[in-house]
Amino acid sequence: MTSTAGVPPVSTDDTTAAKPRGRKLTGYWLILPGAVWLLLFFVIPFYSLVASSLFDPKGSVLTGYEMTWHVGNYVDAFNQYKGQLGRSLLYAGLATLTCLVVGYVLAYAIAFKAGRWKNLMLVLVIAPFFTSFLLRTLSWKLILADDGWVVGVAQAIHLTDVLNIIGLTTTDDRLLATPFAVIAGLTYNFLPFMVLPLYASLEKVDIRLIEAAGDLYASPMRGFFKVTFPLSLPGVVAGTLLTFIPAAGDYVNAQLLGSTNTKMIGNSIQSLFTTQGDYATAGALSVILMVIIVAAVMAYVRTAGTEELV
Amino acid sequence: MAGVDRRTVFKGAGGAAALGLSAVALRYGFNTPDQKQDPSTLVAKDRSAQDKTLVFSNWPEYIDEDDGKYVSTLTQFERETGISVRYTPDVNDNNEFFAKVKNQLGSGTSSKRDLFALTDWMAARMIQVGWIQKLDAAKVPNLHANIIDSLKSPAWDPKRQYSAPWQSGLTGIAYNKAKVGEIKSFEELLTRKDLKGRISLLTEMRDTMGFLVMIGGGDPENFSDDEWQAAIDLLKKTRSDGQVRSFSGNEYVQDLASGNILACEAWSGDIANAGDENLVWVPPEEGIMIWADNMLVPNLATHQDNAEKWINYYYEPEVAAKLAAYNSYICPVKGAQAAMEKVDPDQVDNELIFPTDKTLSQTHRFMALDEATMRTYEGDYADVTGA
Repeated sequence: MTSTAGVPPVSTDDTTAAKPRGRKLTGYWLILPGAVWLLLFFVIPFYSLVASSLFDPKGSVLTGYEMTWHVGNYVDAFNQYKGQLGRSLLYAGLATLTCLVVGYVLAYAIAFKAGRWKNLMLVLVIAPFFTSFLLRTLSWKLILADDGWVVGVAQAIHLTDVLNIIGLTTTDDRLLATPFAVIAGLTYNFLPFMVLPLYASLEKVDIRLIEAAGDLYASPMRGFFKVTFPLSLPGVVAGTLLTFIPAAGDYVNAQLLGSTNTKMIGNSIQSLFTTQGDYATAGALSVILMVIIVAAVMAYVRTAGTEELV
Repeated sequence: MAGVDRRTVFKGAGGAAALGLSAVALRYGFNTPDQKQDPSTLVAKDRSAQDKTLVFSNWPEYIDEDDGKYVSTLTQFERETGISVRYTPDVNDNNEFFAKVKNQLGSGTSSKRDLFALTDWMAARMIQVGWIQKLDAAKVPNLHANIIDSLKSPAWDPKRQYSAPWQSGLTGIAYNKAKVGEIKSFEELLTRKDLKGRISLLTEMRDTMGFLVMIGGGDPENFSDDEWQAAIDLLKKTRSDGQVRSFSGNEYVQDLASGNILACEAWSGDIANAGDENLVWVPPEEGIMIWADNMLVPNLATHQDNAEKWINYYYEPEVAAKLAAYNSYICPVKGAQAAMEKVDPDQVDNELIFPTDKTLSQTHRFMALDEATMRTYEGDYADVTGA
């Protein structure tokens, strides 16, 4: 999580004017590949996105779009899609929280309790990546099927009733096509992105510090919250960011596991861009999503105050 | 310049220049051009004679394949004509394929294809903006002699000068008879209590909205804005009542078979090909939506002659019968039913391949839309399907 692209172009070893010209430029040559990459795959697409968001909405794919600084697109897009925006942030937030709880326990177990099984467990965390993201999400459709045993068991232990009361499902006879299924899908798909950074920072925690806490009469619980958890904060911040950002923009889970009432902002952007051909609104909506996420992330990182991260 | 050093001035000037450049780039760099073309100026020199190939893009699983002793229609065509066919199943979705070829065809360059197959409304759209070449009627006599009456003259190409249907199909209702009683009408599908939350509709706006317009008493081929609004309101209400579980593409077949949904809006061939005897396809009482996928020759195609040979070949009744026996979609070729006696006698009376005149008289098409209306309608529909 460090940025080394901006290495100072001037070397510091000697300052004589007689330095060969080529050497002076070495720094620039070294950043060239990175700069070209950034220009091609970030700056130009970003400009293109911003330009689309300011297209005259009267244009169309076939008659062409012209950029006319039409800022009104933002107002229209926000008003029309604020529901989906809010829902995306809510679902992504809940999924991140669930990932954090589940992922922390898992990462803790791998870092401190796994012993010789450590490597195997790490491989198992990454193992799902060997199958396509799409296929894994589709399999959840089979697992959570209305006539499947998962729904049967959930009904028998009244889990479906509980979910229904807190509003995560809409009826008590199914799990698919509900907010619960979408959030569960997001949690499942992004869990490894939480576990790995958490593991990396828990692994670095010096066991002797935890032992010292015990020696100083801290209960295991107190020791955890005073020593282990604060030391793992960089992992928590990195993990939550790596989970929240892609989850907020995800549209596959909502598409496959959700219903018409669980559409997220990614679904709206995709439909605007491909089926409706409304580049102006699609662009404005993408920029809005980006701004919201960047603002949220900056506020979060500032509050969490983990300088090692940025 | 008291208090301002040179450095600050340079910085300020640099910043202003960057801003100005950005503004210019944003204003002029990313506009999208008008994509209308004139097909008569975009005729490529036909290389069919010296270069015996044909590049055809079609939908997946839409053609028979060689299997043991069975010789596919494509292999037979290659043997008869000596033309080698590069058949690519890369059309998954009309909009997606449109996006794929838009930059080339819209700017008057070659799409590197000689032929592709698209659904009626997209075919109409491409012909309208001048991306499609006229077929030489003299080179496709079978097309004009054998095309079935119901497909002979669509509003967007009344004389079939530009297009030739590959296969046609019906949109209606399907249900799982092991789990639910008979469903007769589309209205039943949208209102029956025992189907609440257990039905799916198609994301294809024209199919679904055709039925909703019909429920309101309108004609999908010619309806007013008020009728459209009423149909959208009905869909909105059905959705907020929780009747509709999802809007889907082809994936509804698995959901129907596994019991996640009990009934749905469905394409005839999908259900016929699913091979599950519990799945039944029925024509709704309100009427049936009919569509076709049409072969089109794009501008600057270099093997139009070969493409026309291909079209003419697939309008021979026997070839058409072979293809239809594999696909279970409506065969667009007259005389194929008689030819089917020899190809596969079991399929002669298959109503999904050879619908009766009575069935065909109940079919409707969705009316052609101009770009602006299309965007409004697609937008209205997307608002309901994904709110």
